[in-house]
Amino acid sequence: MAEIRVQHLRKAFGDFVAVQDSNFVVEDGEFFVMLGPSGCGKTTTLRMIAGLELPTGGQILLDGEDVTMLRARERDIAFVFQLFALYPHMNVRKNIGFPLLAQGKPSAEIRTRVEETAKLLRIDHLLNKSVSGLAGGDRQRVALGRAIVRRPKCFLMDEPLGTLDTEFRDLMVHELRELHNRIHATTVYVTHDQMEAMSMADKIAVMNHGVIEQFGSPREIYDRPATVFVADFIGSPPMNFLKFGGGLAKGAREIVVQGATVAVPEVREDIAPADMALGIRPEHIRFDDASKLRGAIYGTEYLGTTQIVAVETADGIIKARVPAEIRLNAGDHVGLALNSARLSLFDRGSGRAVKTAIHDTASERRARHG
Amino acid sequence: MSLTTAHSVVAPSAGSKRIAGAIIIAYALISIVPLLWIFATSFKTPPDSIAYPPKIVFQPSIEGYCNLFTTRTRQTPEYINSLGPATGFCDETVRKRNMVIAGPSNFLPRFLNSLIIAFGSTFCAVFLGTLSAYGFSRFKVPLADDLLFFILSTRFMPPIAVAIPIYLMYRELGLSDTALGMILLYTAVNVSLAVWLLKGFIDEIPREYEEAAMIDGYTRLQAFWRTVLPQATTGIAATAIFCLIFAWNEYAFAALLTSGTAQTAPPFIPTIIGEGGQDWPAVAAGTTIFLVPILVFTILLRKQLLRGITFGAVRK
Repeated sequence: MAEIRVQHLRKAFGDFVAVQDSNFVVEDGEFFVMLGPSGCGKTTTLRMIAGLELPTGGQILLDGEDVTMLRARERDIAFVFQLFALYPHMNVRKNIGFPLLAQGKPSAEIRTRVEETAKLLRIDHLLNKSVSGLAGGDRQRVALGRAIVRRPKCFLMDEPLGTLDTEFRDLMVHELRELHNRIHATTVYVTHDQMEAMSMADKIAVMNHGVIEQFGSPREIYDRPATVFVADFIGSPPMNFLKFGGGLAKGAREIVVQGATVAVPEVREDIAPADMALGIRPEHIRFDDASKLRGAIYGTEYLGTTQIVAVETADGIIKARVPAEIRLNAGDHVGLALNSARLSLFDRGSGRAVKTAIHDTASERRARHG
Repeated sequence: MSLTTAHSVVAPSAGSKRIAGAIIIAYALISIVPLLWIFATSFKTPPDSIAYPPKIVFQPSIEGYCNLFTTRTRQTPEYINSLGPATGFCDETVRKRNMVIAGPSNFLPRFLNSLIIAFGSTFCAVFLGTLSAYGFSRFKVPLADDLLFFILSTRFMPPIAVAIPIYLMYRELGLSDTALGMILLYTAVNVSLAVWLLKGFIDEIPREYEEAAMIDGYTRLQAFWRTVLPQATTGIAATAIFCLIFAWNEYAFAALLTSGTAQTAPPFIPTIIGEGGQDWPAVAAGTTIFLVPILVFTILLRKQLLRGITFGAVRK
């Protein structure tokens, strides 16, 4: 297994820049997910790591070796495609053994390794079946088997669950993570589905317009979004934003939003007067009639244990996640109390998060680790 | 329609199905009657073949086939009686008409020419077409659209329109009346069709298959051979039939450019008429045999042919 190091990676198709100046390190044995909307450059990045596209600039190091310009077959990586790319003219056994055939392995070894792999994925009973008759989940397992069987330096997966039914999808998310825990293979996984990313990843890179907006653990990305885009993209429903204006002084502990004073994590930098936004996760809102931040109930979505309540404020709709027991009627006026310790502040012009006390814990922890 | 089954808006009704069936049967009959007539004529005796009114019921004879494969000379009855007993069925039949077999006719070599030229040019056209189609489908070819249009444009006029330049060119190059010349010519005509048809088929094969194979350690050529070709067999078969039908049936160029050693069956068969009266059974026999290879080939690959014809009409 290996470490993947991507440095200043860039890819342009004519005038269109698909990936600009990407930098990240996937450590040995890590499950790394590239997450972003379609067209954000995540698949292009993956294809460059695989050697299916050549970068316009930058470097890709696989285990310290510069592979930037090597052909795909010289890189010792495995790729799982969205459409699986199982060869319809071969049965399951031949599909899984296909990479070993390329390496010129003796047929006895191919046989044992294919059977081992099939057992690992619990598809050993399907080995002599044609791939065209398989169910979605089993096709996915065969595609994984073809990747695992050659014991490559790393696995690259391009939305491998994208075409599966929801039922299979949840099952495969679980299986993929379990498989990863067993074989500890460095994995780069591309998806636009935040549920998949959050539940499987050790590290996530959130991409937008060819730029990595944030790189970190799922928890970091959820709790401390680095940009407005990340805050808006991750979470369901996404983070709420309340606009406010003016500057911030280092050490400030409260801001004024819609005439209400809101306590925020201590600001760690000076910000010149600008258009700002206060970011609030729906679960960090409580109903409290004492609060000066007020709105009218617009509608509710009942989810069983919780409910999502849309509240119309002077600055648009705010969504709160509150216990399902609370009885609410449309049109009711409510006060909104915010969990001050968990709020984010953003500069609306640049989209960047303002450095506050919520970032302290991260750097402290990183310092302890380092 | 019963109450329990929903009325479909797309499925044709029983009435229109019956009308469609009747039209198809009528068309099939109209198409097949000439073929049956030729087949029947090939088993008639020369007098029966020109009898008026035409004979539907007749005594079958293989005289036509005997005449097709042999050349004969007319002899006096005395000479024929002086010969030993007839050596075969054909010998016997021919002697009844005061003739003896002088030797084999040119039909067999001409038929072999047809086989070599038609299958040879089909192979070349499909081989070149597959590679070019793959190239156009997968690589960024400079001016790809213009090149494809140019390839297509070679079919804008009937090939025979360039007969005279080709005739002169072939005479200069020494390609006149050679199998190589005919294979080159038919390949040139067919390759445009092959490129266009096959490009469509190869476009339909997701490139992930080759990418997967290339990541798995194969070169591009190996990936092409092991993943693209097996999936393109339907398209290749359909294209091969179209190419073969053209090369097999082609008459004009064959008549113009071949006369002896490389002559194919289509220009040869009409020349039978002139030899010793209008020998229609022999012509019919030649035609019947001529139909066999293409018929067998088409029946063997009929599924692919059907897909080739309806190609592009329905997405998978």
